[in-house]
Amino acid sequence: MTPRVRLTVLVVGLVVLAALPLAGFSIPGLFEGALGGPGTLNLLALCFVFGALALTYDLVFGYVGLLSFGHALYFATGVYVTAIAVTRWHWSLPAALLLTAVVSLVLPLILGAVCLRMRDIPFAMVTLAFAQAGSILVAQNPFGLTGGEEGLALGGDTLPSFLIGVTNTRNLFWIALALLIVIYLVAWRAVNSPPGRVWQAIRENERRVAMLGLNPYLYKLGAFVLSAFLASACGVVYLLLQGGANPEVTTSGFTLALLVMVVLGGVGTLWGAVLGGVVYEYLDFRLVALSNTSAVQALPGILRVPLSEPLFLLGVLFIVLVLFVPGGLGGALRRRLVLTGATKGV
Amino acid sequence: MTTIALLLITGLGLGALYFLIAAGLSLIWGLMRVLNFAHGAFFTVAAYAGWSASGLVGGASPELQWLVAVAVAVVVGGAFATLTEVVLIRPLYARHVGQVLVTVGLALATISLVQGGFGSDPKRLALPAWMTGTTTIVGANIPNTRLLVIAFALAVFALLIFFLRRTRFGLIVRAGVENRAMVQALGIDVQRAFTLVFAIGGMAAGLAGILAGTYYGTIDPGRGTSMLIFAFIVVIIGGLGSVTGSAVAAIVVGVLQQFLNFYGAAGVGDFSVVLLLAIVLLVRPGGFSGAST
Repeated sequence: MTPRVRLTVLVVGLVVLAALPLAGFSIPGLFEGALGGPGTLNLLALCFVFGALALTYDLVFGYVGLLSFGHALYFATGVYVTAIAVTRWHWSLPAALLLTAVVSLVLPLILGAVCLRMRDIPFAMVTLAFAQAGSILVAQNPFGLTGGEEGLALGGDTLPSFLIGVTNTRNLFWIALALLIVIYLVAWRAVNSPPGRVWQAIRENERRVAMLGLNPYLYKLGAFVLSAFLASACGVVYLLLQGGANPEVTTSGFTLALLVMVVLGGVGTLWGAVLGGVVYEYLDFRLVALSNTSAVQALPGILRVPLSEPLFLLGVLFIVLVLFVPGGLGGALRRRLVLTGATKGV
Repeated sequence: MTTIALLLITGLGLGALYFLIAAGLSLIWGLMRVLNFAHGAFFTVAAYAGWSASGLVGGASPELQWLVAVAVAVVVGGAFATLTEVVLIRPLYARHVGQVLVTVGLALATISLVQGGFGSDPKRLALPAWMTGTTTIVGANIPNTRLLVIAFALAVFALLIFFLRRTRFGLIVRAGVENRAMVQALGIDVQRAFTLVFAIGGMAAGLAGILAGTYYGTIDPGRGTSMLIFAFIVVIIGGLGSVTGSAVAAIVVGVLQQFLNFYGAAGVGDFSVVLLLAIVLLVRPGGFSGAST
């Protein structure tokens, strides 16, 4: 495909997506209920948020080669800081967002400065430890702020009315779509900028970058903070979509899910990561529905139990992909496109 | 004084559990450079296997039931780990990140399977009567399970040190931690040592799984993952690849956690452990034992 054709397809696709809330028909099997109904829109919006989140994770993992196990912490920062400011302190939404923005710049700056003293696997373990500290903090419910294990429902009198209620799901859907597009553009711009090229050079050979007179530490810190900040933005939209904060987003399991998304879609490509995030969230949601169907429930226990656990199926899929399809779904798709393109002589 | 003795010994018990998990992790990392996320899965699967086995011999005396549970947990932990190394890790020797990812996938899949099969509610482990009692040490009533766990960890520590210092395979493992390429260049099959450290690590993790069940009285699917994170911290503080370092760090972390959780608010101890990690990293990036990575 020439760049112009690709751009046209992209724009048409986005317009169709943006017009989706107006659609009245349904696609049985893929989605329950009408395509423009609140349930489907909410699921799709969640898919967009996770696509964007996977993209932010791919920035550090795929482009700089930093295997961070603490990305959930920054997503959770977006979720919890906004939720606390709006619900507990009754701040207006813009003020809450400003506070969230400041926190989600300062926190990764400090933690990243410490974590990046280590490399490779020790780095992974340290980020994991900090994320765990965040998870403990949220679970302990300090000063009654986070709501502990019960989570924190987004409430308060300051939220604009167009963000609340089932009938306004379409607004949230558009916000999520806009988030995905903006983050994609920022990430695309970042990885194609001069610092972005240094990131990829660090991934390939960090010592060589240092030999060239550049300071890898500062570049890595820059990527870390950018990725964390964008992840917090995803957290804010997630909070609005879910109408509350739940402690699950702070756990190490959540970061591992992000890792699965990125590897599922293809490490080191932007659209691959988005694809992985969207597919993962969709499967996670739909596999629960699958396990409740009568066909699965009628199976003997030895088959029914594994099929009822979405994480089991996703974990196995993940192992198979790592072992046999190193490029992920995105890589496989691209190879297929290249292959068919070659045989057609295009 | 009694409180301090109680906290100290409880903290040592917790440290003993951390050590059992961390020792295997540290050896595996030292020799193979694999961050083994599946260690929590070995822990959990072995604990449930032990619990099921102790249920199967339900008619026997509680002592025998408990011994069966321990034996089965150790064997299952070792077998599961060996299988993991041979089937999943071996094809990926050239891809370090791939190895980590595979263990992540295995951990997710296994733990959700256990949760699906046994439910997420805690299961009570049958214990002999004397274990639920207490022993008075300097005036404090110490639960016997704490002492038992510490004794097991000491025995495992002694065995590991004997294995590493006095046997031929131990020599290969130590040499491999120092310089793997050189060991291979001398014509020694390091792959067998890889399988061996996985088997040892899995057995220790399996033992930790059933001992954690003894320590807390119950087993549940989530405990392996949460203990694994503290074991990671222990491994880093102790210096990656060092069993003695892990032992020292496990004691420090376990005791610190107990004291601060008691004297501070709940959760302060867990939090300070992470803080301790940050401080150690800032002062000595290689951990206590100083081996730079």
